[in-house]
Amino acid sequence: MEIGLGHFLTVAAILFTLGIFGIFLNKKNVIIILMSIELMLLAVNINLVAFSSYLNDLTGQVFAMFVLTVAAAEAAIGLAILVVYFRNRGTIAVEQINQMQG
Amino acid sequence: MPDVLTVLPELILALGAMGLLMIGVFNQDKSFGLLNWLASGLFLAAFITMIATSSGRVTAFGGLFITDDFALFMKTVILTGAIFALGLSGQYLRERGIARFEYPVLIVLAVLGMMMMVSANDLLSLYIGLELQSLSLYILAAFNRDKLRSSEAGLKYFVLGALSSGLMLYGISLIYGFSGSTSFEAIAAYGAGDGANAIGLIFGIVFLISGLAFKVSAVPFHMWTPDVYEGAPTPVTAFFGIAPKVAAMALFIRALIVPFPDLVDQWQQVVIALSVASMVLGAFAALMQTNIKRLMAYSSIAHMGYALTGLATGTIDGVQGVLVYMAIYMVMTAGTFALILSMRRKDGLTEDIADLAGLAKSRPALAAAMAILMFSMAGIPLLAGFFAKLYVFLAVVNAGLYWLAVVGFVTSTVGAVYYLRIVKLMYFDEPNETIEPLKDRGIATVGFVSAALNSPLHLVLIWPLTVAAGVAAQSLF
Repeated sequence: MEIGLGHFLTVAAILFTLGIFGIFLNKKNVIIILMSIELMLLAVNINLVAFSSYLNDLTGQVFAMFVLTVAAAEAAIGLAILVVYFRNRGTIAVEQINQMQG
Repeated sequence: MPDVLTVLPELILALGAMGLLMIGVFNQDKSFGLLNWLASGLFLAAFITMIATSSGRVTAFGGLFITDDFALFMKTVILTGAIFALGLSGQYLRERGIARFEYPVLIVLAVLGMMMMVSANDLLSLYIGLELQSLSLYILAAFNRDKLRSSEAGLKYFVLGALSSGLMLYGISLIYGFSGSTSFEAIAAYGAGDGANAIGLIFGIVFLISGLAFKVSAVPFHMWTPDVYEGAPTPVTAFFGIAPKVAAMALFIRALIVPFPDLVDQWQQVVIALSVASMVLGAFAALMQTNIKRLMAYSSIAHMGYALTGLATGTIDGVQGVLVYMAIYMVMTAGTFALILSMRRKDGLTEDIADLAGLAKSRPALAAAMAILMFSMAGIPLLAGFFAKLYVFLAVVNAGLYWLAVVGFVTSTVGAVYYLRIVKLMYFDEPNETIEPLKDRGIATVGFVSAALNSPLHLVLIWPLTVAAGVAAQSLF
């Protein structure tokens, strides 16, 4: 069996869905949410690189580089906010983030 | 025109932000006041260069970046809003001991991101601009870092914002994969040709819309709005209400109209669903609020719903209506937040709506300004907010979406209840707390200028505004 575009897209779609479920179903820890976000972005990267290779077009790979860079910046800011939150609250359990009810 | 000249306003902001950062690093927090003024100066300089170098439709950097009349209009609104927001900030931040030099720098970087978003002509520049804006805003939301509420607002905003960026990116990857390009023109060409029924492309559009809907806080992607509005420091909330909403709406318009003109039928249903849900939830959920910042959050959700009805038509008239709406919305919101920042009791600022009771007796000028803004938000005829709704609904009726206009009318009537409740509290209830006089000149200026612009005085300005919005809308089609 040859591995084609469809297989890559399926893997990416599965990873992406796992990422979304990781954000919504997790009740324990905000760090897991950060990991899920990272998973979503990496799924997108697989998509972009697979399409790029399939289309013989470099744009997708350039885009993937940008996504990686932005993901790094986003993780840095997310962790910084998390540290600030932990100092004030003393816990990072998702259930405990409930000072304001929206 | 060389590429560098086209991005001169953005370049000024980018280099200016670095300069401000340098001044801040060497002089620490005592340079806050100076940096606030310099940041306003940068916005003004960017605005002047933007007007001076504007010459119709110009693309730069291989089509990644575009300036046209639409960008010019939206950037003008954004820069004005940012100057308003800076004017509101000083006193509040100083009183709370969070007047740090990073604040103006972050505002400048966020505005730079917004200007990139408005001028994006490619999915890549769209993404980079949006992230530059969002990352700055996450930090701003958590700016009062020693307060639990502020850091919680930052955390919630970050998690949901990152989720929406992920959704949008997934959409972008699908659009790229099926159309074979990230350039808006190339995608439009694909959509006009054999891509008209490509299911992958439509999937991509839906994901893209979900990401954008989050940024404009349209239902069902609105969950962050009330919490972030309540938790963030009030001047930051004001900034959130003013500039990013306008920029996100501009991006929403451009990212649907330019690349997908032949797929209107596909995205129209999604936008209609978003706008109906936002109007209904915004109108009903706000009825129960007691905190004025939460009320403003639901009010902004409703306003985004009304604005989206215009986009849902997919016509020039509709887009023109949205542009007029966003300009007026920006002024209304800035003024209302100025007045919220002047709701001050002896023991500090209050956010409780009940404390407004009897304001007309203790501070008549403040109450009158607030009343004008509330009437305008409710869309009472002859005030600016009425014309905002009028243009949008007119376009909706002309496009034949009668029932959408009916939903808009009904929900804006329901929405009027909570605006009028505030007016009733101020004018007909007995005072239980005296509101202290205003001390800050910046807040007073923004509040009263905005009230004046919303009062019937705006009738002289509404024509130039609609004409400018018409020209701007024309440049997209």
